[in-house]
Amino acid sequence: MITVNNRDKLEWKKGMTVQTLLDEMGYSYSLITVTVDGILVNDNEYDDFQIEDGADVTVFHLAHGG
Amino acid sequence: MDQDINPIFERNVPGTTVILQGSVIGIAGCGGLGSNAAISLARAGAGKLILADCDTVELSNLNRQAYFRTDVGKPKTEALAEHLRSINPGIELILHQVELTPDNLPETFSDADLLIEAFDRAESKKWLIQTWCAENPDRPVIVGSGIGGLGKTGELKVHSSGNIHICGDEWSSSEEGLCAARVSIVANMQANTAISLLTELKG
Repeated sequence: MITVNNRDKLEWKKGMTVQTLLDEMGYSYSLITVTVDGILVNDNEYDDFQIEDGADVTVFHLAHGG
Repeated sequence: MDQDINPIFERNVPGTTVILQGSVIGIAGCGGLGSNAAISLARAGAGKLILADCDTVELSNLNRQAYFRTDVGKPKTEALAEHLRSINPGIELILHQVELTPDNLPETFSDADLLIEAFDRAESKKWLIQTWCAENPDRPVIVGSGIGGLGKTGELKVHSSGNIHICGDEWSSSEEGLCAARVSIVANMQANTAISLLTELKG
C-alpha cells in the first residue's frame, strides 16, 4: 500500500513509477514537487523512479504569489 | 543568559536567542513573503540574513510588503536592510541585488543554514526547490505556496516532507489578488518554521 500526502491510500503494483502513480491519482497539474520517503524526485525521473511497496509519497502543489 | 546578549531579546523564548544569533538564513526574494519573514526573523534574533532580490520598491508593493512610501524607487534589498537594522543594528546582512537563477542560487546562499523561498512565480519555486535540494540535501528549504485571495485562514498549513516545507494553502494564486493579512500569515509561517527548525537543529 502507498500513502500519498499522509492521507490517501493507493494499492501498490509491481513496476509502479512516480508517473504511473500521478496518472492513477489524476494529477495533471504540472507545477508540483514530488518526494518519495522524503527524497525529492525531479520531473525527468518520474518515468523511471520505481516506488516500493509501503512508500510514503508527497505531492506538493506550487501556486503563484510571493 | 540570553538577556545578556541584547535587551531587544529579553522577552524571547528562553534558550533560543543564542542559537538564532548563530544562525544564517537565506531569503530568496524580498517581496510580500521575503520582506515580512525577514522582519520577524530579525525580531527573533537571527544573527545573519542573506537577502537576494533584483527589484526596486513600487507603490503597488505597499499593500502587502514591509516597505513604506519613502522606500519607493530604492532597491528592495537596501530598503529592507535599513528596516532590519532599525530593529536590530547588530544584525549581519549580506545583500545581493541580482536576479536569482539555478546557476547563481547555490553560491548566493552557500553559507545559509536554511533557505526561505519567496519568489512570485510557481515555475521559479519549482527550480529553486530542485536546485537547493540537489546542492544541499541536508539543509531545509521553506517555500510559500498558496497565499492569494482573502480569508480561508484555516486552509493555511505547513506541509512537510524530508527537508522540504511548504507554507500556504498550495492552491490560491496571486491572480486572485493579494492581501497583506493573508500574505503576512504565510510569511510568518515560513519564519516560524525556520525558527523551529533552527532551534531543533542547533539546540
